Amino acid sequence: MSLNRRDFVKLCTGTVAGFGISQMFHPAVCEAISGSLNGERPPVLWLQGQGCTGCSVSLLNSVHPTIADVLLKVISLEFHPTVMAWEGEPAMEHMMKIAEQYKGKYFVVVEGAVPTEADGKYCIIGEAHHKEISMADAMKSVAANAAAVLAVGTCAAYGGIPAAQGSETGAKSVSAFFKENGIATPVVNIPGCPPHPDWIVGTVVVALNAIKAKGLAAGLADVVKLLDADGRPTPFYGRNVHENCPYLEAYDAGKMCETFTKKDGCRYDLGCKGPMSMCDSFERKWNGGVNWCVSNAVCIGCVEPDFPDGKSPFYSA
Amino acid sequence: MSGCTPKAAPAGATGKATIAIDPVSRIEGHLKAEVTVENGVVVDARLSGGMYRGFETILRGRDPRDASQIVQRICGVCPTAHSTASCMALDNAFKVKVPTNGRLTRNLTFGANYLQSHILHFYHLAALDFVQGPDSAPFVPRFAKPDLRLPKDINAAAVDQYLEALEVRRICHEMVAMFGGRMPHVQGQVVGGTTQIPTKEALVEYAARFTKVREFVEKKYVPVAYTVGAAYKDLFSFGQGYKNCISFGAFPMNDAMTELHLKRGVYIDGKDQPFDPKLIKEYVKYSWFDDATTGLHFSEGKTVPAPHKAGAYSFVKAPRYNGKAVESGPVARMWVTNPELSPVGQKLLKDLFKLNAKRFRDLGDDKAFSVMGRHVARAEETYYMLSAIERWLKEVKAGEETFASAEIPAKSEGVGFTEAPRGSLVHYINIKDQKIDNYQIVSATLWNCNPRDDSGQLGPVERALIGTPVPDISNPVNVARVIRAFDP
Repeated sequence: MSLNRRDFVKLCTGTVAGFGISQMFHPAVCEAISGSLNGERPPVLWLQGQGCTGCSVSLLNSVHPTIADVLLKVISLEFHPTVMAWEGEPAMEHMMKIAEQYKGKYFVVVEGAVPTEADGKYCIIGEAHHKEISMADAMKSVAANAAAVLAVGTCAAYGGIPAAQGSETGAKSVSAFFKENGIATPVVNIPGCPPHPDWIVGTVVVALNAIKAKGLAAGLADVVKLLDADGRPTPFYGRNVHENCPYLEAYDAGKMCETFTKKDGCRYDLGCKGPMSMCDSFERKWNGGVNWCVSNAVCIGCVEPDFPDGKSPFYSA
Repeated sequence: MSGCTPKAAPAGATGKATIAIDPVSRIEGHLKAEVTVENGVVVDARLSGGMYRGFETILRGRDPRDASQIVQRICGVCPTAHSTASCMALDNAFKVKVPTNGRLTRNLTFGANYLQSHILHFYHLAALDFVQGPDSAPFVPRFAKPDLRLPKDINAAAVDQYLEALEVRRICHEMVAMFGGRMPHVQGQVVGGTTQIPTKEALVEYAARFTKVREFVEKKYVPVAYTVGAAYKDLFSFGQGYKNCISFGAFPMNDAMTELHLKRGVYIDGKDQPFDPKLIKEYVKYSWFDDATTGLHFSEGKTVPAPHKAGAYSFVKAPRYNGKAVESGPVARMWVTNPELSPVGQKLLKDLFKLNAKRFRDLGDDKAFSVMGRHVARAEETYYMLSAIERWLKEVKAGEETFASAEIPAKSEGVGFTEAPRGSLVHYINIKDQKIDNYQIVSATLWNCNPRDDSGQLGPVERALIGTPVPDISNPVNVARVIRAFDP
């Protein structure tokens, strides 16, 4: 079995109103998510490039469904360097075996950017058949042959910090790397530094649901229709932080916070990048809803394609 | 087909073979271990950090205050450590005094992530070395001969705890986010203090979660570390390495920062020494960096990658303290601090190991610095952190200021020393024209997982691998067990 109806509705609550796709999240449809591409849980291969593992750690914080449910009921995580039991060449060769066996029918998650300088030497992900495999190599083979690639985190989606001013490694986003290498595999960006776990799990579940309902090609096409111009699913990234912020009224009234701890106003004068950021953190909040970025400090625009350089400096004097 | 295929065919049953494990899984980041096994024992080891981003160069030219946000992205498991070290360096450079309540909220935020990081490490990174998981990805596939020895009922309980621990570490992150804003990558720590004055309600929420986590640590994590240890007693007999260690100290218990919960100190060749930061140098002969940048103190550090340099084998620089390779992390801190062991730990050491130990050093250095000793140290450190968090919750004041503003200096430098869960961490900043002119980081991974230095001295983990039993090179389980005990 897969996600129960209650968990899934909790996941989606508040994000679909007004989008006209509530039918997609109808509880009866949701219950069918256990079926997949092959009658089993779809194989997922998780590649880590120039990342920090923060996206994986954020995913572990998933509340509804729990990460245990995600791992044991929703997907079959056949390769993930941070949690998998095996190691070394045999684990790498297992990944390649799965990629071969399920060609065009598995998913790849990419966490971290792809370095392209120095013949890809700035990120070696392992050895297989006594050969060093760079992240760039893996992108051209394992990632290219997937049904779709989820570029999780701002590094994978847009290059992020490894690709920022001063970088010497030729760090590229998944999309940029695929474009440069003529790879047409569909990419879904789930940015955030890190992304909220709901954005990751929600996108996976929406995709699997669509594929179950309409088959692989039509299902993925439906998912692609949900993406904005920056490749992000609009259910999670379609609304502007500032325009939906609880402090918008204060902004309109010209009432600004003077310091971080004097919180009786809008944080714009502290450097908040809410006006140029698109995500639903204002509603979803973080870490089980205990807090969120703007309430606590300021938004630094971590879901945006120009993070960090276009959002720097993060704080105003 | 299973196991690791050796690079060179062994010359007979007792011959020499070099095997590579790439990737070493269940760590943070990219690591390759190449070991030479002779007569069933590791005789040589090379540890290779296979990924480079260039934070130090990316930070140059930026607004100094951006540093404490950007450096968190060095590591998604311990971003609070980098945030803390960076903020301390900035406090130093900006010459700003953090209010008492700011120090306490920083401690509560950083402390909660210590609990998360250690729980995550034991259960979700290391445990599969000792526990057989369900027959479902990612718990399979595994080595054909994984050397898993827990009796069925204990194994089942351990699997239950693995799943429960996923929930517990999630709750720890809720504690971090209470004043940190969100986690991973907190918003709430800045130069001058923290951004959110705690309310009574928020403190109650933090404390309620702490109660849950505390119960798990005391009733499950600490006892299970010893119980698992008892099933793998031979893992107390190898992996010691140099038995030299360093701790920069962490968690200031007073505003003057003279009293640290995790103490500062150095222990080399059997002797305690006071910590002198001037004695730290980074070497790069065997690292993929320009040779001209070797032997520098971090205040003069240079970051010039040379990915094709012949003879080098890692992107990790080799820090040395007074020329010595020293390990850092929970065992270093527990050895330097030498606190009283947890009551359950003292009892289990007596019952399961016939050992009368009251303080950490009573374990003896052979046991303490062994593979299993490092796991025990991490569990005991988690226990030792509980009383600190309890104290901070009593001392922190709802409604009291946590932040002091300060102007960006035109020209200044600052340094911040702390301890990430996995080891010693220093951030150094040099500011010119109000911008970052130089930023250098010496992190835990650098202290432990470094390659040889210019004199050919092995890094601490490399040294710890020497003597590791590998009776079956197709199932070289002990190699990664040694490495994972360091929590790379």
